[in-house]
Amino acid sequence: MVAIPESEVPAEGGYDDDGKPGFFARWFYSTNHKDIGTLYLIFGIISGLIGGFLSFMMRMELAEPGIQFFTNEHQYLVYVSMHGLIMIFFMVMPALIGGFGNWFVPIMVGAPDMAFPRMNNLSFWLLPTALICLLISFVVPGNANGNGFGGSWVMYPPLSTTGHPGPAFDFIIIGLLAAGFSSIFGAINFITTILNMRAPGMTMHKMPLFAWAVLVTAFLLLLALPVLAAALFMLFTDRIAGGTGFFDPARGGDPQMFQHLFWFFGHPEVYIMILPAFGIVSHIVSTFSKKPIFGYLGMAYAMVAIGVVGFVVWAHHMYTVGMDVNLKAYFLAATLVIAVPTGVKIFSWLATMWGGSIRFTIPMQWALAFIFLFVVGGVTGVMLANAGVDAYLHDTYYVVAHFHYVLSMGAVFGIFAGFYYWFGKMFGVMYNKFLAAAHFWLFFIGVNVIFFPQHFLGLNGMPRRYVDYPEEFAIWNSVSSMGAWITLAGVAFFFAMLIEAFIVRRRVGDNYWGEGATTLEWTLSSPPPYHQFNTLPRIEDNAEH
Amino acid sequence: MRSKNTILALVVALVLAVASYVILAFVGLSGERGEGMAVRGGFYLQEAATPVMEDLTTVYNLVTYIIAGIVAFVLGLMAYIMIRYREKANPVPSKTSHNTLIEVVWTIVPVLILLVIAVPSMQLLYFQDRIPETEVTVKAVGNTWNWEYSYPDHEDVDSFVSNPLDKTQSTDAGKPYLFATDAALVVPVNTKVKVLVTSVNNMHSWTVPSFGIKMDAVPGIINETWFEVYEEGTYYGQCSEICGIKHYYMPIEVEVVSKEAYAAWIANGGSFDGSVAENNNMTGVQTAAAPK
Repeated sequence: MVAIPESEVPAEGGYDDDGKPGFFARWFYSTNHKDIGTLYLIFGIISGLIGGFLSFMMRMELAEPGIQFFTNEHQYLVYVSMHGLIMIFFMVMPALIGGFGNWFVPIMVGAPDMAFPRMNNLSFWLLPTALICLLISFVVPGNANGNGFGGSWVMYPPLSTTGHPGPAFDFIIIGLLAAGFSSIFGAINFITTILNMRAPGMTMHKMPLFAWAVLVTAFLLLLALPVLAAALFMLFTDRIAGGTGFFDPARGGDPQMFQHLFWFFGHPEVYIMILPAFGIVSHIVSTFSKKPIFGYLGMAYAMVAIGVVGFVVWAHHMYTVGMDVNLKAYFLAATLVIAVPTGVKIFSWLATMWGGSIRFTIPMQWALAFIFLFVVGGVTGVMLANAGVDAYLHDTYYVVAHFHYVLSMGAVFGIFAGFYYWFGKMFGVMYNKFLAAAHFWLFFIGVNVIFFPQHFLGLNGMPRRYVDYPEEFAIWNSVSSMGAWITLAGVAFFFAMLIEAFIVRRRVGDNYWGEGATTLEWTLSSPPPYHQFNTLPRIEDNAEH
Repeated sequence: MRSKNTILALVVALVLAVASYVILAFVGLSGERGEGMAVRGGFYLQEAATPVMEDLTTVYNLVTYIIAGIVAFVLGLMAYIMIRYREKANPVPSKTSHNTLIEVVWTIVPVLILLVIAVPSMQLLYFQDRIPETEVTVKAVGNTWNWEYSYPDHEDVDSFVSNPLDKTQSTDAGKPYLFATDAALVVPVNTKVKVLVTSVNNMHSWTVPSFGIKMDAVPGIINETWFEVYEEGTYYGQCSEICGIKHYYMPIEVEVVSKEAYAAWIANGGSFDGSVAENNNMTGVQTAAAPK
């Protein structure tokens, strides 16, 4: 055995030389799951700003009847379409899965890093590439009416084929394919990490719920995104002059088939966006009630059930396309079934708090708001599942209100809950409580003022994706637009909070939430060492979940 | 001290739950109903003009009662828990993490509630979707961006294009802007009418909310639906599937007239006053006279 010189013996735990590379290598060649997680979060914030700007402009346009800003109506439809695509693929998914998933799944299962660190790097860098493709599509011709693609995020042909012959939509296809591959690589990485790299004693049934949520999400991504990729590729070849005619009735194709393919991806996508938020909220509720999660196994398998059933309900997005009535009846029944595991989750969170000793910290406020607003959005989903009633409500603002309650207040509240919960853990500093509370309350009030009146608009009959509307809809539209200003103020406080926290730098300890925070990330320093678990942790038999 | 806190929590929870239920059920189930079109500031379904829409309203009401109850229950429960088990009132947390009975209860009860919803929903769905024997058939073809109507049973009624009226035209005609068209679809009252819907280019959706109808116009496919209107009058709808730049500007206007007026309209080849030929002649004369 060769003697190692004293100077090269690694210090105890290897922490002294943490192996951090220089700035460029660290952030651009990054293979470290925590650095990649941070990159994903920054990326999500930037995309959120772009997508938020688009929606703010839409609300300003709709504040009163008539066309105010979008004298080219095509431009409005471009904003609608890009708001949807950017918020889903470049804000919610990167923040929840790429950001928090990368940061905390390896730590929670007791692994030193992700299974494939270099693929992790590829996953991230495909996303900015994809976003750039989408941004280019804004400024290249879409059709005769102007630049950009205005066919909504659902991209139904023929509007997305013969309706948009320009290159704008080709850039979107390329961008979404890149984002899709990014997610597929990420999903493979998470599945491998969670199934193979758990620390000794960390059995599946002891794994924290956030890791369970990301595992189910990763399987959904792995199964759903290839279908989207195929559908996009079929659109791509359909668009070429003299190309294929998969969706062109004149050549024996069927435009409805695209809708089936799209929603076979699109419905699991909804759960891809909400399941990680479920996981985060479970940890927060447990931590601040100082109680273990109630019905742990039921919680884990409810997510598995939601994932499985989520694959067989897609056509409830298409009740009006002219499906056979028996098919509609099946999708009606299957869709109602999803309410059961979702109910199990809601009641288990409440039962976790029952008997607890509840602290109303900032992350807990976001989590409580999440639970209540998700219930509001969920029950309108029960309404929309009714194929008969959907003949009235389909493609009205009732649908817009429904999915913004589950996404803009579900997924996004989950993101902010996790952000404040782990802020100290990720960055080693504590946020200013006043700024954070102002952010929460303005945001909470703002989004409710935006989206609750949209139920009324839908019931009164206002269709979606309208740049101008009859004056009968004016009152609730103007209320809704006022909410956009309140939300904007909330966003301003979020950035004030970020800037303040990084200037003042209030240091936090390893477990700044104290009793109740029991997962492995709280055993590490804040921020965690560059490489954690050089010696794998050993999970005892009697350990709490 | 402990019991005082429990009572406070109970009272607040009950008040919140009851208040929110009353508010939600009131907001969800009242409010002015638009007749044949949206109503200013309305927050409820439009008035039912057909039997399908009547059933649809019944199911909507039933589901609204139930979901308002669920929201109120969860809100009350959360309020109780947040007051009763706040750190100050309950410094020592319990360690309960399982209770099989309650877990079974909160799985079974939602299933029962869903069954209550599913049965009338299925009845509505089949009533709406199964087309009865109809006496009149009309065809609506979506185009970018207008609707073309035709009467397949009557060869001498030419198909006609229904274009939206712009702001001045609709004000002059005393009709609502973005709802009004220059040529309404004419159908008889108290008659079962079959609607064939298709498109020649992009997808559209033929929608009349007060009929409870929304049927996508898909190129290459002819969808069908039906309605039977109880009262004469004008009913409006708007295209409900994104179809491009003028998506907001291709409304649907249905004029429901008495059976006699409809018969006369058909006999006149699609016109209430005089034959189409005469009309054309008259306009011809007027334009010819104009230069003088």
